[in-house]
Amino acid sequence: MNPQPVASRKVVFLGATRGMGRALARLLAERGEVLCLLGRHAEDLARSAADLQAHGAQAVAGTALCDLEQPATFASALDEAARVLGRLELVVVSAGIFAPQEVLEHDPALTARLLAVDFTNTLLFCEEARKRLLAQGGGTLCVFSSVAGDRGRKPVALYGAAKAGLSHYLESLDHKYRAQGLRTICVKPGFVHTGMTAGLKAPPFAGEPEDVARRVLRAIDRGEPLVYAPGAWRAVMGVIRALPRHVMRRVDF
Amino acid sequence: MRAAQESRIAGWGRLSVPGRELLSEALEPLTEQAVLTRGLGRSYGDASLPPPSRREVAATPLADRILSFDEATGRLRAEAGLSLGAINQLLLPRRWCSPTLPGTQFITLGGMVAADVHDKSHHRAGSFGRHVQRLRMRVADGRILECSPTEHEDLFWATVGGMGLTGHILEVELSLQRIPSPWIWQESERVPNIDAYVEALEQAAQRWPYTVGWIDCLSRGRNLGRGVLLCGRWAEAHEAPPAAPAPKHKLTVPFELPSWALSRPTVQAFNEVYYWSHQPRRKQGLVHPESFFHPLDAVLRWNRIYGRRGFTQYQCVLPRRAGRGAARRFLELLSARGGASFLCVIKDCGEQGQGLLSFPMPGISIALDIAVRDDTQQLVDTLNELVIAEGGRIYLAKDAFTRADHFRAMERRLEAWLAVRRRWDPELRLRSALSVRLFGDPP
Ligand SMILES: Cc1cc2nc3c(=O)[nH]c(=O)nc-3n(C[C@H](O)[C@H](O)[C@H](O)COP(=O)(O)OP(=O)(O)OC[C@H]3O[C@@H](n4cnc5c(N)ncnc54)[C@H](O)[C@@H]3O)c2cc1C
Ligand SMILES: NC(=O)c1ccc[n+]([C@@H]2O[C@H](COP(=O)([O-])OP(=O)(O)OC[C@H]3O[C@@H](n4cnc5c(N)ncnc54)[C@H](OP(=O)(O)O)[C@@H]3O)[C@@H](O)[C@H]2O)c1
Repeated sequence: MNPQPVASRKVVFLGATRGMGRALARLLAERGEVLCLLGRHAEDLARSAADLQAHGAQAVAGTALCDLEQPATFASALDEAARVLGRLELVVVSAGIFAPQEVLEHDPALTARLLAVDFTNTLLFCEEARKRLLAQGGGTLCVFSSVAGDRGRKPVALYGAAKAGLSHYLESLDHKYRAQGLRTICVKPGFVHTGMTAGLKAPPFAGEPEDVARRVLRAIDRGEPLVYAPGAWRAVMGVIRALPRHVMRRVDF
Repeated sequence: MRAAQESRIAGWGRLSVPGRELLSEALEPLTEQAVLTRGLGRSYGDASLPPPSRREVAATPLADRILSFDEATGRLRAEAGLSLGAINQLLLPRRWCSPTLPGTQFITLGGMVAADVHDKSHHRAGSFGRHVQRLRMRVADGRILECSPTEHEDLFWATVGGMGLTGHILEVELSLQRIPSPWIWQESERVPNIDAYVEALEQAAQRWPYTVGWIDCLSRGRNLGRGVLLCGRWAEAHEAPPAAPAPKHKLTVPFELPSWALSRPTVQAFNEVYYWSHQPRRKQGLVHPESFFHPLDAVLRWNRIYGRRGFTQYQCVLPRRAGRGAARRFLELLSARGGASFLCVIKDCGEQGQGLLSFPMPGISIALDIAVRDDTQQLVDTLNELVIAEGGRIYLAKDAFTRADHFRAMERRLEAWLAVRRRWDPELRLRSALSVRLFGDPP
């Protein structure tokens, strides 16, 4: 278990402060990768940086402010990351927000925010990252979407729509640029116990962020374009995608 | 229908009340309105449960960042939800260990402070609070402040062992211990009865940093309290394998078992097998630290074996001044009452710590798991009366049944602790099911 630096890859991470991002960033730090953390609050980023530093001595090269609600911050944050890291090899986006369908249906302002953060602005951020990675001859872009985007379903009509769009974009990116050295990885978590899902009733196959992180890391290492985590969700979604519409209309999931 | 039921919250013993956990990485906003904060819920009884009039308890496990670690001195500062398991996994391979390693590693720093936990090295190292340098807390009036043995020391020593009732612990700073290797050298011995056991334990304590034992409290007469004594120390670098121990694979109890699963005959059979399978009488060798410190962690959710009604742990310390016979008197009473305990752990405690409600005192600690039955209250009352007569006390982190008057009778420091609590929380904003039961707090 001794952290053995295998690579010392240069990683830009948006979303390492909490949840699955925190777990994945720790695995990267333990392996000896070097990270630049992007996020909304300088003090909170500093605390996460300290934590990662304890997991891997050289783990954090710097932090930069970046808010998915403010696209103007994207380019400057990525430039700052490129400056402190020297180059960008892996860009991870695990930032995102969630709200239950019932809440969103009564709150158009929140709906607009969620669609902006999880769809429009995530794409705009990825576009900035894509350009920089391609300019360097390639690299890996790993983005957290969701199983919620795999099928139109009652409980996730709005959130799921944003994630469907995101998954769609990530797949296209992978088709278009893989030959140029840009590997795009779309992560589709099922239900995972994090702050985002705290208080929600967990379905069967609920996962832990650490297990998801291990799976995602393997996908990054292998350049797999699509990863379901926990793994059982691949089969679950396979079934759900295959259900006829009249069945989906009757069920509540 | 399960789903339609209101949500419930429980301690490790599975006795539940209506309620739920509020989880977040950010403890400052989380604790602003909270009546109580809990960690991983490994206290057995009602210490981590809300008072009857409230439903929600702040829970820390997501707040688990290390804020600084000095590899030269072993000084660690972290958010209160960091678990002992995470510390073990990260730092044992780097030859640093927690100063206290209780029977499970699924506990948080906050819970370790609030219960002032002890371990197999109590006779040498004392309890956890001795190794804590500073706490960052949110106190009842809403302020956030730091306390230590030199700064707000009244608050500090009322919080160490104070079961979360003096404030919400946000961050903990402590000193880890340097170890020569992350492996354990263990010696174990079968001991024929309780008197021999107490004597062997006392002798072992002089030679070994870690001592603990398991005894069979169903055997009677000459065999009363026969058991297995375990002693250990960190292996020297040259004795240990070069690789650090990998985390052990865990099994899970998939559902709750029927209540007969742990009845007298099954426990008796288990004890018989456990005692005689320790062959030869004396053994030694290198063992995995998890097997030595946290053997029960090998099976996740093992509390389900106690079925729907759950269980309680009865843990008391019988003071040295009560004499060596005290442990025998306790077991005789237990045996006369037909108490069938699957697990009975016995070890000695060293000096009392400075925490105002800290459990250990010099003497013998006995811990038994008792399945909840109709007569559990009477059994606990009877055992408590003996403990009071012997001058001992019980451990709040395990307790769910002790009566307020009994607790008062065994805890002379209670008034001093209550006075500090009143100073910091005159309106009793922080409460728990335990504080309502034992200290007469408003519900
Ligand atoms: C199998 C097993 C073996 C055990 N072995 C030992 C042992 O050897 N020695 C020992 O001493 N104990 C032992 N225990 C008991 C356990 O160590 C304590 O109950 C410990 O407090 C549990 O920590 P937790 O994080 O689960 O806290 P919880 O059970 O969630 O809470 C315990 C108490 O701490 C308070 N608390 C928790 N976090 C905070 C916070 N951040 N701020 C304020 N208050 C807080 C809660 O309000 C509550 O009163 C054992 C328990 C189990 C299940
Ligand atoms: N948990 C699940 O069950 C689940 C299932 C499917 C998909 N997902 C997706 O997986 C990803 C990670 O989920 P999680 O459960 O780990 O979430 P989480 O614990 O809530 O963490 C979310 C992360 O996103 C960041 N973030 C939120 N809004 C931001 C903004 N405007 N600008 C910058 N950063 C922002 C947060 O940073 P702050 O610290 O600043 O808040 C935090 O680091 C999300 O995209 C989520 O939609 C989750």
